[in-house]
Amino acid sequence: MEHKQFQFNNKVIIPSVLLLILGILAVIGALVTDIPRERIIANLHLNNVYFLAFALCGLFFVAVHSIAESGWHTSIQRIPEAMGMFVPFAGIIMLVLFIFGKHDLFHWTHTDHLDEVLLHKQPYLNSTFFYIRFVVYFLGWGLLGYALRKNSLLLGETGDIKYFNKQRTFSAIFVVFFAITSSTASWDWLMSIDAHWFSTLYGWYIFSSLLVSGMAVITLFVLLLRRMGYLPHVNIEHLNDLGRYMFAFSIFWMYLWFSQYMLYWYGNIPEETVYYYERLNNFENYFFINIILCFAAPFLIIMLRQMKRIPFVLGITSVIIIVGHWVDFYQLIMPGSIGDKAGFGMLEIGLTLGYFGLFALFVFRALSKAPLVPKNHPFYKESLEYHTNY
Amino acid sequence: MNNQQYITAYYLDDDDLMKSVKHIREKGLSINDVLTPFPVHGLDKLLGHRRSYLPQVGFIGGAIGAICGFYFQYWIFTEAYPLNFGGKPFASIPSFIPVTFECTVLFAAFSMFFAFLIRSGLGLGAQAKIHDEKVTDDRFMVIIPIDESNRQDSINHIEAVLNETGAKEVKVNG
Repeated sequence: MEHKQFQFNNKVIIPSVLLLILGILAVIGALVTDIPRERIIANLHLNNVYFLAFALCGLFFVAVHSIAESGWHTSIQRIPEAMGMFVPFAGIIMLVLFIFGKHDLFHWTHTDHLDEVLLHKQPYLNSTFFYIRFVVYFLGWGLLGYALRKNSLLLGETGDIKYFNKQRTFSAIFVVFFAITSSTASWDWLMSIDAHWFSTLYGWYIFSSLLVSGMAVITLFVLLLRRMGYLPHVNIEHLNDLGRYMFAFSIFWMYLWFSQYMLYWYGNIPEETVYYYERLNNFENYFFINIILCFAAPFLIIMLRQMKRIPFVLGITSVIIIVGHWVDFYQLIMPGSIGDKAGFGMLEIGLTLGYFGLFALFVFRALSKAPLVPKNHPFYKESLEYHTNY
Repeated sequence: MNNQQYITAYYLDDDDLMKSVKHIREKGLSINDVLTPFPVHGLDKLLGHRRSYLPQVGFIGGAIGAICGFYFQYWIFTEAYPLNFGGKPFASIPSFIPVTFECTVLFAAFSMFFAFLIRSGLGLGAQAKIHDEKVTDDRFMVIIPIDESNRQDSINHIEAVLNETGAKEVKVNG
């Protein structure tokens, strides 16, 4: 089968750059109008975290499938790998934002008026340790992601069993590291926004959100590349599996969402229910749209096997999931950080599209730097012949 | 059970089996079943089996379970034995969800389990029909039903087709 090398040409650069310009225009527009500064910072933070989640899901996808020695993923594995290359850049823009906008996002950084609860949390929630953790996360993710990518390219080129074993070792280290850091990072960047409140399920909740939205982005890129004439070997069976992932993790997300909600609803303790009180009274639209887009819609649309096998339906579902989880992150960040200054308008839409442009530029560039298929990977042939009966 | 008779034949290799199944179906013969010591990928497609209705059975069972589980709790907590838990309303839906979910899973699993047992003729006291002991080891067996209305012609035709494919031990079986 003929394999085209991915071309990083104007066909992909122009749309991405246009989206990026749209995002920059949205920020400039917000700066010249009377939109509060906090709202811009909260939106930047939202998109930083959200797009970092896609990139991390890419790395996690590769790592988990390498450990499980799965065969089918080798035909699409360049896409999640390329997504993972966004991690270092996301770290840089995030660090810049934290240096300038930390006080607008996190109330616990105002160290001169901390109440008793926050004083007790100070050993963990203080700026020095916050930055130390930040550096540890990005060093770990960045270096392990780089090792995974480089090793995978060598494996795809040579097919040497040495690299196959190395890939498994790197993946195992990454998964263990990610299991801990995905939890603590979500506490740092999201849960500490509502600094008085806490949930022991939070890390898992964010992790499930990360998985399903990242899976939707992988699907979207696979469909896009297929549309552009690349990846001719990716057939309906591979798409079926991606659809199944989205379906399963949507249910998983709802399961964790409900587990968290029900315990607080049942316990009915004021300092715990304040989180949901805020969201159900001032952000009720986002709260319910989130559930519809992230659970009800994918659950009903791609429940049937036949539906998972129609590329158009899969594409629509992945867009719904991506929008849905954007709303999810919105209602995680906005009520606690800026409250009644939050809004939804051109800034939110434009900025998210801008980030999409930026992210797409990174992914396309990384895709063009390596062959699109690991043609000497031990499992590559298995991936081509892959099919499912159920 | 019934008097339907079959012709059985062996192959030694799964590639031979795949090729032969294709050949046999091209000759217009229907294949009753294929017995293999391990799952052979792509065989279902070649045999032209239609998809199982088991997922639909599971969905209907699950839906019945969800409705029953939910309504049962609703009936208990509002009509049969209303109790006040921590000042919550009697019909407090969030607390019904876990049990509803479990009922959905239970009903879906049981409906699929029993539908499969009944449809496949398995279950307590079912006798396994072993066409030949060798098929439990390393042989691949094809079973082709004989057309009873034109018995001898049918046998001859099937045997001719099977011999073309290089099948081993072609024989008529009860």
